[in-house]
Amino acid sequence: MGFMNLFKHFLGDDWGVHPDDHKRPAADQPVRVMPVPARLYLPLQQHLGGPARPVVLVGQKVKKGELIAEAQGMVSAPIHAPTSGTVAAVTEITAPHPSGLTLPAIILDADGADEWIALHGCADPFALDPAEIGKRVAAAGVVGLGGAAFPSAVKLIGASKAKVTTLVMNGGECEPYLSCDDRLMRDAAAGIVDGIRIMLHATGAKVALVGIEDNTPEAIAAMQAAAAGFDTVQIRPVPARYPMGSEKQLIQVLTGIEVPADGRPADIGVIVHNVGTALALRTAVREGKPLISRLVTINGNCASQPGNIEVRVGTLAEEVIAFAGGLKGEGLGLARRVMGGPMMGMQIPHWRVPVVKGTSGILAFDTVEVAEQEPNPCIRCGSCVKACPMGLLPLEMSSRIRNEAYGEAIDLGLKDCIACGCCAYVCPSKIPLVQYFVHAKGELASQDRAKLRGDATKKLALQRQERLEREAREKAEANAKRKAEREAAAKAKAAAEAAAASAAISAGQGAV
Amino acid sequence: MNTAALTAQPVASPHAHGGNSVTRTMFRVQMALVPATLYGFWLFGWPSFFLWLLTILSCLGFEALSLKMMGVTRIKRTLFDGSALLTGWLLAMTLPPWAPWWVAVVGGFIAIVIGKQVFGGVGQNVFNPAMVARVALLVSFPVPLTMWVSPLPLTSLAAPDFIDGLRIFLTSLPQPDAMASASLLGHTKTELSRGIDLFHSLAGEHAPVLSWIGARSGSLGESASLLILAGGLYLVGVGIISWHTPAAVLAGLAIPAAIGHSVDPAHYLSVSAHLLSGAAMLGAFFIATDYVTSPNTTSGQIVFGLGIGFLTWVIRTYGGYPEGMAFAVLLMNALTPVIDRFIKPRILGRDRKGKPLDIPEGKEA
Repeated sequence: MGFMNLFKHFLGDDWGVHPDDHKRPAADQPVRVMPVPARLYLPLQQHLGGPARPVVLVGQKVKKGELIAEAQGMVSAPIHAPTSGTVAAVTEITAPHPSGLTLPAIILDADGADEWIALHGCADPFALDPAEIGKRVAAAGVVGLGGAAFPSAVKLIGASKAKVTTLVMNGGECEPYLSCDDRLMRDAAAGIVDGIRIMLHATGAKVALVGIEDNTPEAIAAMQAAAAGFDTVQIRPVPARYPMGSEKQLIQVLTGIEVPADGRPADIGVIVHNVGTALALRTAVREGKPLISRLVTINGNCASQPGNIEVRVGTLAEEVIAFAGGLKGEGLGLARRVMGGPMMGMQIPHWRVPVVKGTSGILAFDTVEVAEQEPNPCIRCGSCVKACPMGLLPLEMSSRIRNEAYGEAIDLGLKDCIACGCCAYVCPSKIPLVQYFVHAKGELASQDRAKLRGDATKKLALQRQERLEREAREKAEANAKRKAEREAAAKAKAAAEAAAASAAISAGQGAV
Repeated sequence: MNTAALTAQPVASPHAHGGNSVTRTMFRVQMALVPATLYGFWLFGWPSFFLWLLTILSCLGFEALSLKMMGVTRIKRTLFDGSALLTGWLLAMTLPPWAPWWVAVVGGFIAIVIGKQVFGGVGQNVFNPAMVARVALLVSFPVPLTMWVSPLPLTSLAAPDFIDGLRIFLTSLPQPDAMASASLLGHTKTELSRGIDLFHSLAGEHAPVLSWIGARSGSLGESASLLILAGGLYLVGVGIISWHTPAAVLAGLAIPAAIGHSVDPAHYLSVSAHLLSGAAMLGAFFIATDYVTSPNTTSGQIVFGLGIGFLTWVIRTYGGYPEGMAFAVLLMNALTPVIDRFIKPRILGRDRKGKPLDIPEGKEA
């Protein structure tokens, strides 16, 4: 902690936490490229938004980079074959989701040839129309590689419409243990800078601010060297602090502007992309190659050889770990399996879960790192209030949620919570605060759904009642009408008879 | 279906923890109290040690009893989280060092049972348990609670030895007149009420001197003001407490004291007399900073602290009691929920009232 940080700390202007980063030695190991495994498992939902729709049949032969599932809906991304081979099945597999529930996926058997389809790159992307770049990025299935996996093309196209002026590049890999972005910036700085310039062209933004945490000096140096010739790409070291890589926090640190609570960054003329996404975008536009592999950090006390590995999307975590040297003592002492970072990643039930586009890390924690303990009562120490980067009162929110007073929790800012986990990280009573908030958000969502369903039912019931009333009314009217007609007819008949009778009489009289 | 999926308990992130715990926090606060406590033992001898020990033991005993009666299953873990021990310790720091044994027991009962457990245990109490006990004892048993003794360092000849100390502690015989002494605040209050102003009362033959090294009559926490201050600064340094509350308490006390003393030095005590007397330091660093009963936000803590300091000065200057820290703390404890309701941190992307910030002009998507 530098002097200024210490000063700010004493002033109380100090959001977030400073966890031990555990990034080295993994970050200093050269990247290892993992060979293609015999079988790949590709969930159809690897991104935020609608799941992709399979466009291949079981038994069909596909080439590397061939489309196997197309985007479905406004926010979605297609999926491509990470290698050449045969579609073995379209079925359900355990997905990277803490529930351990299954999700539909395509299973692909590799043929070992690893043969590309015909690629259509572009030698000069700056000559392309921005809309065309968006189209190509969408077709390549590029999603945000920082973890949230939001389809990149949706952001790019939205940005060019919203007149974005600043592109904020997220190189602040604030999650402890992870170093894949750090490694990528050290090894492929030129490609990342090229990708950033293509992004600038595609969005119409004037300048790109690349925020990189100051605990990765090698990455900062490499990126500064790569960006040296370009005025529009500015490398900005930022203090290492969690959650620096969170969108709203990084924007505020780099531009000094706050994103309004119910707005998006585009509302203030900013969009945010991850540095890894920039490289994937460059590969997609210049070489025409879809997103089929990524860098994954293997780390945690149980990993025998921590490091970064280039992995095809769809490879099982089990195989990645085996390639990375396996677990210490055959996994003895393993306390928790995590995909993603320790602060926001998800626990997975076993290692037979595939790497997806958003998987930044595979972490094998021992009991010391997890330090699982039963929660104690809250002592209102306020550590969570100091740590919260959003300025919320986690202790008050959790006590409301415990009493199921969700409305009050919303008033306290539940919907502004970004689930970064700072509060639970510092809590001396080990209260699982994030779990409370996730639970409450789920509960509110299901209440909303129930309300929608209730409203729909009520509407239908009302309509039915109206219809019955209308039918009854119509029937009554029809009856009345028929009755009236009948009466009229009877009257007419009687009148006619009377007339006939009188006519007969008069005729009789006449005859008389 | 894989069986691991059924056995593994899904746990929300984060999967790492900073390592802080309630027990560690309480332990550090106790460490910060050690120097002042040891100095107090040296000044006031064996009786003060017995009082300290029994106050803590009775707090732990009543805590265990309450937990058992409430049917708590993890008694041992809750008992040794350090909170009951700390309550007892703080209460002992505010009592007259030669108070008899039953004061410790009754004090422990009031602090733990009435001050804490009836509210629902740790984290639920509205008022600081040690201060509840202190005030209840003072109001119920004013005589033993205002019986101060002159310091008799353990090394001096007149100091009671172990057995004598035990006798003083257990029999509650009246103290020899020679040893009885008033605290500075008590003395000046008595004299002022007799119409003798501060110039004369403080210059008198039996006047207690304001001793910077603490060799004067008072409670354990009063005599060693500077050691308490040092312990408090340690707590600020390691981040157990923030500086806001203690600074506000001391400022709330010092500012009116400075004004009063400069206007009428015959009737208003000086800033140093206020800050080094009574429970000023103990209250500022150890009592007002109690997590449970103080506001959560730094701005709220400043309001809370200023309130305590100012009320303490008002009670000391105009009230019937010579010392007002405990009353001031309890009064402000009662206001804590109100302060927390009105002073909240600003949420990122919202204004102070919770309305989302405006989208800048010309940027509408």
